[in-house]
Amino acid sequence: MRIDRFSLLLLFAGMFLIAFVCIVLGAMFYEQALDVSTFLEAMEDPAVIDAIWISISATTCSTLIAFAFGVPLAYLLARRDFPGKNLVEGVLDIPMMIPHIVAGIALFEVFNRSGLVGGPLRMLGLTFQDSFPGVVVAMLFMSFPYLVNSAREGFRSVDPRLEKVARSLGASPWKAFLRVTFPLAFPSIFNGMLQCWSRGISEFSAVLILAYFPKSAPILIYERFTTYGLSASRPVSVLLILICLAIFALSRLPRWRRA
Amino acid sequence: MILIENLSRSWRGFSLKNINLRVEDGEYFVILGPTGAGKTLLLETIAGFHPPDQGRILINGVDVTNLPPERRGVGFVYQDYMLFPHMTVWENVEFGLKVRGVPSPERRRMVNEVLELVGLTHLQNRMPSTLSGGERQKTALARALVIRPRALLLDEPLSALDANAQKRLRGELKRIHEQTGVTTIHVTHNQFEAYFLADRIAVMRAGSIVQVGSPDDVFRRPKDDFVARFVGFENLFEGRVVQRSGGISTIDLHGVRVEAVTQKTGRCVIGIRPDDIILSRAPIRSSMRNVLKGEVVDWIDVGPLINVIVKVDTLSFAVLITKRSFVEMNLKMGDKVYLAFKASSVHVI
Repeated sequence: MRIDRFSLLLLFAGMFLIAFVCIVLGAMFYEQALDVSTFLEAMEDPAVIDAIWISISATTCSTLIAFAFGVPLAYLLARRDFPGKNLVEGVLDIPMMIPHIVAGIALFEVFNRSGLVGGPLRMLGLTFQDSFPGVVVAMLFMSFPYLVNSAREGFRSVDPRLEKVARSLGASPWKAFLRVTFPLAFPSIFNGMLQCWSRGISEFSAVLILAYFPKSAPILIYERFTTYGLSASRPVSVLLILICLAIFALSRLPRWRRA
Repeated sequence: MILIENLSRSWRGFSLKNINLRVEDGEYFVILGPTGAGKTLLLETIAGFHPPDQGRILINGVDVTNLPPERRGVGFVYQDYMLFPHMTVWENVEFGLKVRGVPSPERRRMVNEVLELVGLTHLQNRMPSTLSGGERQKTALARALVIRPRALLLDEPLSALDANAQKRLRGELKRIHEQTGVTTIHVTHNQFEAYFLADRIAVMRAGSIVQVGSPDDVFRRPKDDFVARFVGFENLFEGRVVQRSGGISTIDLHGVRVEAVTQKTGRCVIGIRPDDIILSRAPIRSSMRNVLKGEVVDWIDVGPLINVIVKVDTLSFAVLITKRSFVEMNLKMGDKVYLAFKASSVHVI
C-alpha cells in the first residue's frame, strides 16, 4: 500500500492524541500491575466498595430521571416549532458550558437545607445537602443535556412522515411514538443515556460542593490522593476505570438495529 | 365518496385555494399538476395530516374535517415508500391491524390475503432495506390496503422508480384497483400515468383546480393554455398493433398507421412528444420510419415555440416548432405538410 504525504500527516496528528490516551492510562495500569496487592486490598476495602456503589447507583438514578424527563423534551424540540425555541435550547446547554464548581455553588444555593428547593423539600423528608439525593441532583444537572441533545438528534433523524403514515393506519399519536418513532430513535437515545451515565459517574466538583457525603468514588479518590498520595489513590482509580469499561462493553454488546 | 368543499390551506409556501372536488365511490381519480402545485398538501390535508384553514372534507357522507388521521380510515402511500425500517414486510403490513386491535388469527388471514393481492408473499420476512424500489412500493400499498381504507391516497407512487419498475407497477395499480374497487386519489406530475390510470383527472396549478374531466376531456380539450401546455402536447392516441417484424410493430390508429418499437400486442395507447416530430412542406428524406401527410388546422403561440396542430385523417397531431421556422415556412391554415418521426419516438403504453 502506498501512503501519500497527506495521509502520513493525518496519521501522525492522530497518533499524537491516541498516544496521549494510551500512555496516560497505560502508565497507570502498568504501575498498578507492579503492585497487585494494594489493588486486591482496594477491592476488599468496604469504603471503596461503598463509594463505587454510591457512584454507580447515583448516576444510574440520574440517568433514569434524565430519560424520563429528557426524552419527551427531546421529542418536543425535534418535532415542534414554538416561539423562543432557540432560547430554550440555549438554556438546556448551559450546564455543559459552565465550570462544574460554579454549578456546584449554584446547586448548593438552591438545594441546601434552607435553600429555595432544599428547604421546602426537607419538610417532606427529602434532604439534598450531604445525602444520596444530593449526589443524584448534582450529577443530573451536569449530565442531562447530553441525553437530551443525543435523543433530539435521534428523533430528528426519524422522518415525521413515518409517524403520519402510522397515524393514517390507525395509530394514536402515543402508539405511533411508541411503535415507530421511539424504536427508530432508540440507538441515539441509548447513546445519550451512556453519555449521561458516564458524565454522571465522573462528576466531581458539583458533587463535592452539594454532597461530600455519602462519599462517591471521585471524592474518595481525591481524598486519598490529598491525604496519602498517588499510590493510595491509584488502586481505587484503576478499579473504577475497569468497572466503567466493563459496563460500557456490556452495554455495547446488544445489536440495536436488525437491518 | 369523497367530497371536498371550499378547502383552503397555506403551509410553508404551498397553498390550496378554495378547492372543490367530488370523487365517486370506486373511482380512480388522478390529480395532475406540476411540482409545487400543492398536490401533496391537498392529499395530506385529506388524510388529516394538516388542518385546513377553511372548508370541509366529507368521506362517505361523514364530515372528517376535524377528525385526527387515525379516525379517517384512509390509506396513504408516499413516493419514497415510508416503510417502517425496523419491521419486516409482514410486520409493516400487519401494523395497521395491530394498532386497531384486530385479533391475531384474523390479522394473519388479512395480511396473507393482501400480500397475495400485491404478489409479495415470498418476501414477507424480508426487511425493507433489502427490497427493490418496486417491492417497497408494493409493500407500502399492501400496508395501506390491509386496513380496508375508505380511500387510498397515493402521493406520486411511481416517481421514485426506474422506468421498468414504473411501467410494471403502473399495471399493478390498475389491476389492484380493478380487483379491490377502492376509491383512489393518485397525485402525479406524469401525463402518461394519468392517462393510463385515471377514470377522471383534475389538473392542478398553483393551489387551484383548473380542470376536471375524463382523460380524453383533459388531454383533447384542455380548458386553457396552462392545461394545454401541461398535458395537451402529448400526442396520445388509441390504437392496435396489427403487424410485427424484426422488433418493429405497425400500429393502426383508426386508419393512420405508424411504426413503433414495442413488444406489445393488441390494443394500446401511443404517445409522441410534440418536440419529437419534424414538420416540413415536402417529404424529407431521412431514416425516420414514420412520414405522415396532413393539413395545418391551428396553431398556438407558447412563448418561444409554436404549437402547430396538424390533422392527419381523423387524428390531430401537436407539433412544436420554433417561431423562426414557423415564419420561414410561412404556414397558413389548410396548408399541406408532412410529419416525420422515428419509430423509437413512439411511446407505447
